[in-house]
Amino acid sequence: MSVSAPRGLASSGQKLITEILHPLSAAEEQLSPGPDVSSSSSSSSSVGGGKQEPGLTNGTPVEMSNPAPASQLLNRLQLDDDLDADAQDLTETRDLFVTVDDPKKHVSTMETYITYRVSTKTTRIEFDLPEYSVRRRYQDFDWLRTKLEDSQPTHLIPPLPEKFVMKGVVDRFSEDFVETRMKALDKFLKRVADHPVLSFNPHLNAFLTAKDLNKRQGLALLTKVGESVKQVAGGYKLRPRPVEFCAMGEYLDTFSQKLGTLDRIAQRILKEQSEYLTELREYGAVYSSWAGSEEQLQRPLEGVAGCVTTCCGALEDASENMSQDFLPVLREYVLYIESMKNVLRKRDQTQAEYEGRLEAAILHKQEDRTPIPVEVERCQDKVECFNADLKADWERWQRNKRQDFKQLLTGMADKNINYYEKCQAAWESLITVLQDKQTEDKTSETN
Amino acid sequence: MRPASSADSSQMMMADSGSSEEVAVICNTDITSTESENNIINTMVERGTALLRKMEISVAEADKRTGKNTVNMQETYTVYLLETRPADSVPEGGTPAAPDTLWRRYSEFELLRTYLLVTYPYIIIPPLPEKRAEFVWHKLSADNLDPDFVERRRVGLENFLLRVASHPVLSNDKIFFLFLTEEKGWREAVLETGFQDKADSRLKSLSAMLRVKNPDKRFTALKHYSDELNTVISQLLRVRARVADRLYGVYKVHGNYGRVFSEWSAIEKEMGDGLQSAGHHMDTYAASIDDILEEEEHYADQLKEYLFYTDSVRSVCRKHELIQYELEMAAQDLVYKKQQKEELATGAVRIFSLKGMTSKLFGQESQEQRESKVAALEQSIQEGEEAIKEKNTESQEFVQKAWNDIERFTAQKDKDLREALISYAIMQISMCKKGIQVWSNAKECFNKM
Repeated sequence: MSVSAPRGLASSGQKLITEILHPLSAAEEQLSPGPDVSSSSSSSSSVGGGKQEPGLTNGTPVEMSNPAPASQLLNRLQLDDDLDADAQDLTETRDLFVTVDDPKKHVSTMETYITYRVSTKTTRIEFDLPEYSVRRRYQDFDWLRTKLEDSQPTHLIPPLPEKFVMKGVVDRFSEDFVETRMKALDKFLKRVADHPVLSFNPHLNAFLTAKDLNKRQGLALLTKVGESVKQVAGGYKLRPRPVEFCAMGEYLDTFSQKLGTLDRIAQRILKEQSEYLTELREYGAVYSSWAGSEEQLQRPLEGVAGCVTTCCGALEDASENMSQDFLPVLREYVLYIESMKNVLRKRDQTQAEYEGRLEAAILHKQEDRTPIPVEVERCQDKVECFNADLKADWERWQRNKRQDFKQLLTGMADKNINYYEKCQAAWESLITVLQDKQTEDKTSETN
Repeated sequence: MRPASSADSSQMMMADSGSSEEVAVICNTDITSTESENNIINTMVERGTALLRKMEISVAEADKRTGKNTVNMQETYTVYLLETRPADSVPEGGTPAAPDTLWRRYSEFELLRTYLLVTYPYIIIPPLPEKRAEFVWHKLSADNLDPDFVERRRVGLENFLLRVASHPVLSNDKIFFLFLTEEKGWREAVLETGFQDKADSRLKSLSAMLRVKNPDKRFTALKHYSDELNTVISQLLRVRARVADRLYGVYKVHGNYGRVFSEWSAIEKEMGDGLQSAGHHMDTYAASIDDILEEEEHYADQLKEYLFYTDSVRSVCRKHELIQYELEMAAQDLVYKKQQKEELATGAVRIFSLKGMTSKLFGQESQEQRESKVAALEQSIQEGEEAIKEKNTESQEFVQKAWNDIERFTAQKDKDLREALISYAIMQISMCKKGIQVWSNAKECFNKM
């Protein structure tokens, strides 16, 4: 990602460099195998899977043919917002609905790429029509995000899935990868559309409605801004952050560490499960082959083999759910934290600029006895605005995070419960069969 | 009396099946360890036989002893306490009489089994539990003195005794009775039977490659089946150990959630409590696998018993082969002698032979010589015919007895393994229920976040 470089450099002076670097480097570490992580689920199993879990992907890679997951996700999201008591008014007054779906592959002589359908329904007067449907590719989302970041520097911009172009490592056109990315893009756009300020950004409007995006300008601007930010960062020596923002920074550091651990655990579980699955399949097969050499025991043994197969299926579903739904959310939040840190840094710079100017003005004042110039006051306003925006976004983000993780973890519990219920049902039906058989034998003996 | 009572309960279970309540009864798997142990014993042992009706047998405990072995080396070994008491000694409401107890080593069990093996070649002798832990998964100790292993072996030895005591033939054996009742002098009594000489000569002939011309198809099929069973059960046990390993991994990795949730909860306000207590449930989840797999080890032991049974079956088959071989040899011998006699009688030497040469060189044998030879041959032919008759009877008897026991064994095997599968299914259900319970608890915590 082109943005990550200035971000890294802009780290504030007061924070211990290692402390800041650690989560970052951890994140980067995940970035490099990242493609699979981010693309999560299926592709994680296909890439990492090369060495760990070939079994998982093979089973059900074709998600796209089945429209259910996408709509499920949609329902889930809406439900999620409905549940959120704090965002209640927002739900009621919501007037902008966006969806990303229907990926399509385009092959031209120059390049091959995927576009996604971006559908909009709205009652806002800023839009000429109540409904739009356009096709956008990843680059366009990237453009939008850069534009938002650029024009709304005081706000927390939701993260995009990683750009990632490690050719040969992950098949960018595999259905799994595309599916996961599509979900992430959908999430990104929904978060923007739900934001009280960002959703009114004209760039978003253009993104949602324009037949052709004129992106050249935007990209050029980005590099310029990036450089200037870098210069500003190098030029000023920062004062300590106010306590509340310090706390945010610390929170983010710890949280990203925990997310990293959660991600590793989840990956590890997937790995263990896939190895378990391999053995379990063989285990079932042995029962089948045993059944072949028995007379009386043939049915019971076949029954056990059947049960084991059912359990394999249930486990497969559970693992797939985990890699499709669980890991991407962790991934999104890792990126979210990066965005958040970026905003914090920008806030620090704004404050530093103000303080620098103020200091200069005070010096000046002592010499000349002139009043504090207007720019300094403007700077002060800017800092206060920034602080207010950031706090509001922080609250928002915390609320969303709480809601998301509550849902994520209950979802995980549900999946596990569901898995065990399926297995239990299989074994219970086996027992009924075995015992029925036994009573049959008993009665036939007595007769 | 333990076997009887557990038998009753199992009959009740079977009688109930078919009714809809049955599943509920079965699924109530919160059985205590002793109860489940009883169940296992119950599945392994046939009910209601001679000795068991008169006598209650158990291997009550195991203990470690240190002593000097034959080459005067210090060694630590395990001894097992055999308890026997008359079955009808418990008066209504009264306290049971103190049992007779004695200590036995594993090697003495081995001696007893060898004795039975040699003395009852036509019987599928119950196997002993494994000498060393086999098909272990990583968490399981392969150490012979490991308490879990010793305990499982104790259960296995008791099961062996109950199997012998419930066997229609073996249960009447004197040496077996002495094994249960006489601590001293038992070894001498066994050796006095001279079974070892028999064993040695039998073993020698067994080790020779036997080429039986007309094998009994039933025994060939049985041998083939027991080979198959041996292969499939050992494969099953191997894979099961790997499955256990992996399952252990899956559960234990979940334990890490416990730690992370707890650490994470420290920086959260509203979510903190929920995370913290969900973390505890994850710890519980990770810990639950130990008991689950420990219990599953009983299932593995049940399978192992039948794995070792296959050796007993094969041993019966081999002994049958040996008898058949001896019979065929005797028959061949007789044919040869008859042929000799015929030659002498006709005086014709059909083929060029040394005898033919000598008679040509040294002249014909005298009539007397020839007659005495014929008489000797006739005598030996008669003996040979009797031997064949004898062998035939022996063989027939063997086949009959062996087939009786094989049929008994097959029925026992089908019943035991079916019950083992049922109890395995119950274990799986119990595991699922534990899983559902823990995750439901965790879900509640997550919901509070």
